[in-house]
Amino acid sequence: MKSNNIHKKVSQNVMFWIFRIMSFSVVAILFWIIGFIVYRGIGVINWEFLTAAPEEGMTKGGIFPAIVGTFYLVIGSMLVAFPIGVMSGIYMNEYATNKHIVRVIRIMTNNLGGIPSIVFGLFGMSLFVNKLGFGDSILAGSLTLGLLALPLIIRITEEALKAIPDSYRHGSLALGATKLQTIGRVVLPAAFPNIMTGLILSIGRVSGETAPILFTAAAYFLPKLPSSIYDQVMALPYHLYVIATSGTDLEATRPMAYGTALVLIVIVLIMNLLANYLRKKFTK
Amino acid sequence: MFRKKKNKFFEILIEWMLRLSGSATTIIILLISIFLFTEGWGLFKSSTVEKGYVLCINKENKIKNLTPEQIKEIFDGNITSWKEVGGDDIPIEPMRMDEVIGMFSEEEIGSDFEHLPERLSDVTAEHKGILGFFPEQFIDIKFKGKVLPAETISPKDYFGGKEWFPTATPAAQFGILPLLLGTLWVSLGAILLALPFGLAVAIYLAELANPTVRKILKPVIELLAGIPSVVYGFFGLIVIVPMIRNVFNLPVGETALAGSIVLAIMALPTIITVAEDSMRNTPLAMKESSLALGATHWQTIYHVIIPYASSGIMAAVVLGIGRAIGETMAVLMVTGNAAVIPHTFTEPVRTIPATIAAELGEASVGSVQYQALFMLGAILFILTLIISIWAEVIRKEPHAE
Amino acid sequence: MKLEAKNVNFFYGDFHALKDINMKIESNTVTAFIGPSGCGKSTFLRLFNRMNDLIADTHLDGECMLGDTNIYDKSISVDELRKTVGMVFQKPNPFPKSIFENVAYGLRINGERSKSVIEDTVETSLRQAALWEEVKDKLKKSAYALSGGQQQRLCIARALAVNPSVILMDEPASALDPISTSKIEELIFELKNHYTVVIVTHNMQQAARVSDKTGFFMLGELIEYDDTKKIFLNPEKEQTQNYITGRFG
Repeated sequence: MKSNNIHKKVSQNVMFWIFRIMSFSVVAILFWIIGFIVYRGIGVINWEFLTAAPEEGMTKGGIFPAIVGTFYLVIGSMLVAFPIGVMSGIYMNEYATNKHIVRVIRIMTNNLGGIPSIVFGLFGMSLFVNKLGFGDSILAGSLTLGLLALPLIIRITEEALKAIPDSYRHGSLALGATKLQTIGRVVLPAAFPNIMTGLILSIGRVSGETAPILFTAAAYFLPKLPSSIYDQVMALPYHLYVIATSGTDLEATRPMAYGTALVLIVIVLIMNLLANYLRKKFTK
Repeated sequence: MFRKKKNKFFEILIEWMLRLSGSATTIIILLISIFLFTEGWGLFKSSTVEKGYVLCINKENKIKNLTPEQIKEIFDGNITSWKEVGGDDIPIEPMRMDEVIGMFSEEEIGSDFEHLPERLSDVTAEHKGILGFFPEQFIDIKFKGKVLPAETISPKDYFGGKEWFPTATPAAQFGILPLLLGTLWVSLGAILLALPFGLAVAIYLAELANPTVRKILKPVIELLAGIPSVVYGFFGLIVIVPMIRNVFNLPVGETALAGSIVLAIMALPTIITVAEDSMRNTPLAMKESSLALGATHWQTIYHVIIPYASSGIMAAVVLGIGRAIGETMAVLMVTGNAAVIPHTFTEPVRTIPATIAAELGEASVGSVQYQALFMLGAILFILTLIISIWAEVIRKEPHAE
Repeated sequence: MKLEAKNVNFFYGDFHALKDINMKIESNTVTAFIGPSGCGKSTFLRLFNRMNDLIADTHLDGECMLGDTNIYDKSISVDELRKTVGMVFQKPNPFPKSIFENVAYGLRINGERSKSVIEDTVETSLRQAALWEEVKDKLKKSAYALSGGQQQRLCIARALAVNPSVILMDEPASALDPISTSKIEELIFELKNHYTVVIVTHNMQQAARVSDKTGFFMLGELIEYDDTKKIFLNPEKEQTQNYITGRFG
């Protein structure tokens, strides 16, 4: 009896230590990846790297055009996805009364979220670049990235609205406010911080996506900054892909690649921290 | 009293905009499927033989048609007798236009190739075993051979073909089997690697970690999900690929294994989050009654929590596979991209998304290759759609027992 | 303004929640609805500002009159109706805004722009709700800084600010401490000089203290409706008697 108990305790301890070790090895992997890139990339980052164009076959200079391009694509895609996503979330949580419709929309949103980014790239190329004739451009890339970000924004908006207690809505409606007034003046302001975390997280996601812009917006190298939404752009993730795999002198471009990867990771880090900060600040 | 105000136009307008936005995702999914299939469907109407060319045989040859695979094997010299493709026992003489031109002097061809149709005709008539691959424009009505009727690429060639070689002449090879298997191979490898770790972390987070550790770990895992796939690919290329080359003593480190490792790291957050959620949903009463019977915490986890969460864990696995199947950039960068049917994990493979990413840039819009790549996109779309719905169904299933 | 229910039947899906109810409520009175929980008293109350519309799969037979108007008529604007029929909920539900903005909310949604009008109305409403002295120095503070009882009076002030003629109260003191409760009760007594007040309560002493008339509900039926004194001292129906004595005894 006693030995059985000891045996049980021992096997529990063994298993639990295995779980602990495995969990911390996952964390270690993350820190390994981030640490590696920070370690190799930090020396490359300086003012020139952030503000100059690539030179001498991507071996010197900086990544400024790629930063600008990613910035434009992020802004463009959010202009597309944010209003539609928030409105869609509002519709699902506040307006749709038919349970089946809500269920269908939710399944479709999940499905859209599960579609690989390369398929968005194909779709964007077919519809925006070719059929609508936007060509490889900021416009086509932003639209494609916007569609990709949509499910995330819808989901977070819906969750944010769900967290708003019905008593707010009833309190407002009972004062004779219309549904729209109630949403606009009470529900949305209360849900706003959480919706913003959705916006920030999708900015992080969109700024790192490569596959959707491969055939819709991204250019290998452009000597000039884009001047209209119909121009092609360089973009950070595509730039990293290009200089990591297909430079003429891979060894000489490595530092540039580390620097670019570091900038990408820093963007994602900042966005995640910002989202967490907002979430914490407003849940209190 | 309380009459409706007439000017509700604004509210109605907004309501319609909301309704339209609500249907946006549904519309987008419909549009995606329509566009992928209309762009891709043309593939099955395209000729197996390169555009502008025809295949010719001797008049006495009884062969009616050849599959793209047979054509390629013949021109590669792997099939040498007509018998192997269902004809008489005559050796095959594959011939391209250049070779015919080489047989004759310049006068015999003509400075403007004006006599070339005649020469092609003669050659085809003289060689019993000929399989000529000639430009259509030089075949005239006096042609004394037989032109094989233009065959279109069949779904069987596409889905069952063992070779992917879109730029091969005379017949481009669009067999997706190596790509499909490569994708599954890499994805399954990734899940096998990620599952034990994912489950361990999920159990740790749901049952063992104290709130402070949990508060730190959750954002860390979110961050893991947030790192762009090119960065993973880059890390894989610089760190994991050389490591594999050294450990297994291989000529190249870009292998299925490298892809699986990178994908496993990328699939971890999905698996952890979904599995942990379902473990946390185990009713407290079930846990407590197990503990009250004298079970240890571990026994409770093993016999109560994991079985209760099993459908959620399955969903986590399915979603992880979905994520892995569709991942493009990281895989493109580390798997070596050889379109061959994989046999071991230490060989280069090529996945469907990597193929699209690598080739679409070079395929001209509307070409057969372009169509074949869109068809690949459509397949990927359907695969992930099935996976999403599958995961949804598993998660909703009521618990048995 | 007087309220009247004519042959009211109400259904949640197939569930028959209110059965054939007829009732007249005179203006400038306080009427209390009492009864065991689930008896339909809250549902009945919510018919008069159509809050039940928010619940899916419900329907109503019969007529609810406000003055001479059937408020379930197709031509009725629900928003306009709710401005005339204010409501106070069981749990205080201030908006996540400042004290001032909570009271000003009703005015702003009605398009009131004038700063002085809004300030005056906020003050009057807060005074009416007996809250002004306690909050006049911290109007900009979040409504959540107030105690539960203060929040509830704030919600009453918020309802008063849109100048309703009827105020519905759904167990307004059930979530409050005794001192806050007595303040709310005093307030209700004051309010009937200007408004028609209908209050749902499970606290019979409260009903006895504040109301002029009382309706007793059970299982979706209005068992008895009469002067409060009569209901509590000399009810006609045995069920009423049982309920009241059961509670008091």
